[in-house]
Amino acid sequence: MPQELLRIEAKKPGGNWTDPAVQFRKGVFCYSAAAKNVRALDLPNPRDWQPFDADWKLPPDWKRILLEGMKERLEKYRSFRLFMDICVRCGACADKCHFYVGSGDPKNMPVVRAELMRSVYRRYFTLTGRIFGRLAGGRELTEDIVKEWFYYFYQCTECRRCSVFCPYGIDTAEITMIGRELLNLIGCNTNWVLEPAANCFRTGNHLGIQPHGFKDSLEFAADELEEITGIRVDVPINRKGAEILFVMPSADYFAEPHYYTLLGYMMLFHEIGLDFTFSAFASEGGNFGLFSSHELMKRLNAKVYEEAKRLGVKWILGGECGHMWRVLHQYMDTMNGPADFLEEPVSPITGTKFENARSTRMVHICEFTADLIHSGKLRLDASRNDRWRVTYHDSCNPARSMGLLEEPRYIIRNACHRFFEMPENTIREQTFCCGSGAGLGTDENLEMRLRGGFPRANAVKYVQEKHGVNLLACICAIDKATLPTLLEYWAPGVEVGGVHELLGNALVMRGEKPRTTDLRGEPLSAEVTHA
Amino acid sequence: MQVVYSFGAVGAVMVAAAAGLVIGGSAWIAVVAYAGFAVFLAGFCYRVVQWAAAPVPFRVPTTCGQQTSLPWIKSAALENPSTTSGVLGRMGLEILLFRSLFRNSQAGLHEKRLILSEQKYLWLAALAFHWSMLVILVRHLRLFVEPVPALVVALARIDGFFQLGAPDFYVSDMVLACALAYLLLRRFRDPVVRYISQFSDYFALLALIGIAASGLSMRYVTRVDVVAVKQFALGLAAFHPVRPAALGAMFAVHLTLISVLAAYIPFSKLMHMGGVFLSPTRNLANNNRAKRHVNPWNYPVKTHSYAEWEDDFRAKLKAADIPLEADHATRASAD
Repeated sequence: MPQELLRIEAKKPGGNWTDPAVQFRKGVFCYSAAAKNVRALDLPNPRDWQPFDADWKLPPDWKRILLEGMKERLEKYRSFRLFMDICVRCGACADKCHFYVGSGDPKNMPVVRAELMRSVYRRYFTLTGRIFGRLAGGRELTEDIVKEWFYYFYQCTECRRCSVFCPYGIDTAEITMIGRELLNLIGCNTNWVLEPAANCFRTGNHLGIQPHGFKDSLEFAADELEEITGIRVDVPINRKGAEILFVMPSADYFAEPHYYTLLGYMMLFHEIGLDFTFSAFASEGGNFGLFSSHELMKRLNAKVYEEAKRLGVKWILGGECGHMWRVLHQYMDTMNGPADFLEEPVSPITGTKFENARSTRMVHICEFTADLIHSGKLRLDASRNDRWRVTYHDSCNPARSMGLLEEPRYIIRNACHRFFEMPENTIREQTFCCGSGAGLGTDENLEMRLRGGFPRANAVKYVQEKHGVNLLACICAIDKATLPTLLEYWAPGVEVGGVHELLGNALVMRGEKPRTTDLRGEPLSAEVTHA
Repeated sequence: MQVVYSFGAVGAVMVAAAAGLVIGGSAWIAVVAYAGFAVFLAGFCYRVVQWAAAPVPFRVPTTCGQQTSLPWIKSAALENPSTTSGVLGRMGLEILLFRSLFRNSQAGLHEKRLILSEQKYLWLAALAFHWSMLVILVRHLRLFVEPVPALVVALARIDGFFQLGAPDFYVSDMVLACALAYLLLRRFRDPVVRYISQFSDYFALLALIGIAASGLSMRYVTRVDVVAVKQFALGLAAFHPVRPAALGAMFAVHLTLISVLAAYIPFSKLMHMGGVFLSPTRNLANNNRAKRHVNPWNYPVKTHSYAEWEDDFRAKLKAADIPLEADHATRASAD
């Protein structure tokens, strides 16, 4: 890839944002959802179309559908109505968006992204807008605006960074979530969102892996672990009566570098003798429904509690995944609870009660492992990670929709010797998105992903140059899937891995053979093997 | 263009004020004041009730610090509150000190590097404007209440601490003027802010500047008859307007602009003064997994149940030796 493919420039915004014309240029948008996926989920208006077509084949009464949909949501979501009303356009959010920084397109400022919707809200739902129209900041809803919405609502990764800086907490994610939901009503979806969602609905996971494939994958991982550690770990699947159901994103058992994180989980569970089960039905914790509509989110999420109830487990443990945890933490209990058939989670190893999860009854693996380490239940040899100089990327959702900041850092500090933080205003609640979240991580959208990922990569490059960092650790499946490409372009030489991969490397297991390689099959550095 | 319209609108209000004074005298001003105040009150209540009537289906706070989880990990009680007192603290910081705006930074590109630098001017100007405006509003109580409350007297004394000139020069007047000037210049000069600014943004600022300018002029330059103003204001407050001696065009402009701006509030972004209290990303505790949040309109959805899933994959599940539901297994063998 030529170095100068992308020029990131500071441009002065020009023109007038009220002009809705959008150019669907290759590399900066996602393709439409295939009709079969729309049908599989019983969603409206399945058809063949593409965003660059002149005719989007909208239903004849599309305008009525959109306006009625808007009205309904204004009455159902205080956030939506409030965020339509109270923005003062102070501009504090403008340069907080990674897409604005990376693309220079002024409509990517969070304030303008929201104005695209607000202008229509004003025109049809406020007195001044109905009377004064454009002067009151109103815009007539046209097909061009539908196209503009599609372009810009799918150029937001719903990372919530702007919301941290907004004096009223206006959250663009709330607005684009509703925006996508509205577009969904007239059949304007992207395939990268709906195909995983359709797969998930049918097979239980986004990748469409069927139960036997699920089992093969996990068995294969167990074989590999046996080679590395000399220990055969169990692979319990759909086992009734287990104490804990473990749910992870499907990429963990099917993609790299996620897979090494899976090895880490399996080693950990074996070492502490956890009474748990995987599920081939609840074989996905992630939820691409989140990127389409609240209803689809609920439909896909239902299986987690359903399976926990069927298997009769006491509580649920969840793997490393960003948007999965947004759903589990902020939506699951409300949508599909109450989980009164489960028990308040208690670590069977340390006896620690996870008070913070006493209603939802689902614990994050980083909370679980941090507690194990703190209680002295794990033997860790951090020198086995000595080939890595590590930095940690806070994934948007665990950071800004949970506040899971210290747990993963505690694990990393115990599992490796060399850990370096990126600059303060690019981590924790101010973390920059990978640029590929919320269903934008597809290859046809690569240019926009690289642009959106630029601020993140820029901070990685900073610690690479300053501290020789060569591993970016994170706890998000989308990060693990998309950051390697991003870093290959912006900060070559930095690899991406999971926190539980580092833990697995460092974990000293009872009865293990002398380790010669890490979980990636790379030889441990000479000093370690000799020690 | 939006700027021109805004200037035009504010100018029109000022002309109307003067014309009204000429034609209708102070009675006209009283009518305008009552109308403005009535629209403000009714509109403000309507909007707040409208917001409050919309449910909060999901608990979606934006978390800006460490969560409350394991007892040995220090949580950010104010940035990521898990208790009601924490939420009150967070809201207090937000409303009184503009906490989120204080985080502001500025992104700049320097030779392909992204540099994030401190940017506190917006926060400072916003805070200066809102606080000085509050002080000025409270000071104005001396015109509406007799006897003047001790608090108002004390505040005026502190505000006039420097005792410069006669009458005493108020610090809050100076701060308000500077802050408004900064906020307006920022809208003109910063290309990003200019790009996003609309009629409503300029109109509110220009109206406020008009109000401040006419007020300052009455106090420091044209010297309005304060006794007459007070007589008029007391009459207004008692719903028994009196016809005082001539108050002057400046007073008419001042009060008319205030009335128009007050009436404009419910129809505009100025409703942020009420909305900031209701923002679900700020006023909810992040105790999502500890305490169930109920969505009043939660409805059943179509899912793909375990039974359907097992039916779909029965042969493959069997072949892979994955346990099946007992009753299904018997039914399958009986088939």
